Amino acid sequence: MTVYIMTFILFLVGLYGVLTRRNMIKIVIGFSIMEFSIFLFIALTGYINNGIAPIIMAGEEEPVYVDPLPQAMVLTAIVIGLATTAMLLAIAIRIYKKYGTFDIRKVNELKG
Amino acid sequence: MNLLPSLYIILPLLGAFLIPVIGHFIKGFQKAFSSSILLFLVIYTVWYYVAGNGENYIVNIGGWEAYEGIPIAIYLVFDGLSSFLLLTINLIGFLSVFYALSYMRAYTAENNFYSLFCLMVGGMNGVVLSGDIFNIYVFLEISVIASYALVAFGTEKRELEASFKYQVLGGIASLLILFAAGMLYWQTGTLNLADISRVLKEHSHTFPLLFTEVMLITGFGLKAAMIPFHAWLPDAHSSAPSPISSMLSGVLIKAVGIYALLRLFFNIFALSYEISMVITTLGAISMVLGVILAIGQWDLKRLLAYHSISQMGYVVIGLGIGMMIIFRQGNETVAALAITGGLFHLINHAVFKGLLFLNAGAIEFMTGTRDLKKMGGLAQKMPLTATTSLGASFAISGIPPFNGFFSKLLIIIAAIQGNFFLLAALAVFVNFVTLGSFMKFHRYAFQNAPEPKMKFIAPKLPFSMKFSMITMLILCVLMSLILLPPVRETLLDPAVEALMNLNDYAIIITGIQI
Repeated sequence: MTVYIMTFILFLVGLYGVLTRRNMIKIVIGFSIMEFSIFLFIALTGYINNGIAPIIMAGEEEPVYVDPLPQAMVLTAIVIGLATTAMLLAIAIRIYKKYGTFDIRKVNELKG
Repeated sequence: MNLLPSLYIILPLLGAFLIPVIGHFIKGFQKAFSSSILLFLVIYTVWYYVAGNGENYIVNIGGWEAYEGIPIAIYLVFDGLSSFLLLTINLIGFLSVFYALSYMRAYTAENNFYSLFCLMVGGMNGVVLSGDIFNIYVFLEISVIASYALVAFGTEKRELEASFKYQVLGGIASLLILFAAGMLYWQTGTLNLADISRVLKEHSHTFPLLFTEVMLITGFGLKAAMIPFHAWLPDAHSSAPSPISSMLSGVLIKAVGIYALLRLFFNIFALSYEISMVITTLGAISMVLGVILAIGQWDLKRLLAYHSISQMGYVVIGLGIGMMIIFRQGNETVAALAITGGLFHLINHAVFKGLLFLNAGAIEFMTGTRDLKKMGGLAQKMPLTATTSLGASFAISGIPPFNGFFSKLLIIIAAIQGNFFLLAALAVFVNFVTLGSFMKFHRYAFQNAPEPKMKFIAPKLPFSMKFSMITMLILCVLMSLILLPPVRETLLDPAVEALMNLNDYAIIITGIQI
């Protein structure tokens, strides 16, 4: 149970970063921390004590395999996470070119 | 096995990949291909309604049969509710892309626009058809990442800022949904929605399950921009190019937000009083605060974006009332009436809000401004836009014979019959405020004396923009006819039944009676 609570704490660390940082790059980093805490959580849900990689090999008697499905899910989610992070950073760089700053407080054309 | 429903995903994705490659060499390919794909999908959906006997298609990709009643393959489910949403998505998608044919000439990189547009539509169709929670997440990300890029398409200061805000909030929402998918897998050992529902029937409400449900409401609530999760919507929807605004407001928030909430909370989880109460309250708050925030806006598209929040509140309270009545095992006719009203308002809102955003785009195309204070007397120069705006404004503020009147009336009648008098009173009150706010729009944009400093940057509206606007205006009037029995029985009733018969969704997929 401790590991699950620790992944949740990691999630909160990321959320804290997104909510309190002013620098856009740091917001993106906080966002990535949140993302990876969730990947860890999903990968952990498939873990079975003393389980081995789920590849059937001859000569093993009643092996205990870990659940492969969460691993496949995490791989998919990592690819999507890469796209999201790339998109965020691309927009952050374009904002830097237009506004000349990464400070989110100075990027405030839209109000109301 | 009928593979036709998978065309809804394959064709737009194919378009998204072919357009940048072939469109580079053949001029005009991107426009012809993207609009013909969407037109084909609209015609196919209409044909399904006209010719079909309303049967449900279940496609299992990969062809693996269920093992002892446990589904293994990846399922696409085409039932009453899905087909209703698919009709909305592809219809508004087609009209928006047809409008964009001439509107987007002002921008560079047209190939990328049409490619992203197809990607967004494909993702939304996927969310609506998908039969497992992880695929819902994947398709949702496809459509929202495309929409992040489309919001920033102008790459000016405002667009980029709006896109960044949208991405951070939308990203958090997606992460919560992924987290909830992981939690569900942890608790049930399956990802298939029907199978999850079967497993959950055997368990009572545990704490982790409640936690998952709250995660899902927050995640999809952020996607659907319910107040208090609305902060990104006015920025993103007002900064995007107009055809995209009309897609975002018209269908994206419904397909990835409201649809997923409905499917999960009606068909998958057991109904509970707390959850239906939370959903109805969120709807009521969105409905009232959205319209109050809208009154003070002077940016035309921002005003319309706030009205989207408010109108989605109507949809959600209609469905929430239905949920509460079903939970209390009250009168089924009233519950069906409330859900019919909610779904009917959903498709109506897609049409009239789409039309209003296209009109805002037409005004921006001709005058180069969105500021209501800088407009005036446009009715003489743009009679067509004035007429279509008037029709759409009547529809959104519930004036008969336009479609908005009937859906709001159904919701209000259902609220009164179900003894939700406060909700009924709020719905009527919000309707009057909406009317007032659109009177302001008309007065400042079309009726006041012409602004002397205003310059027209385009001589006249191109044909494709006019065509989309007029078609949508005609739809605004014609869609009132959906309530006539023969049309209602083919279009609305299957969708309502899919929601009302809570366990049917699991039964048609697994084939096991619960």
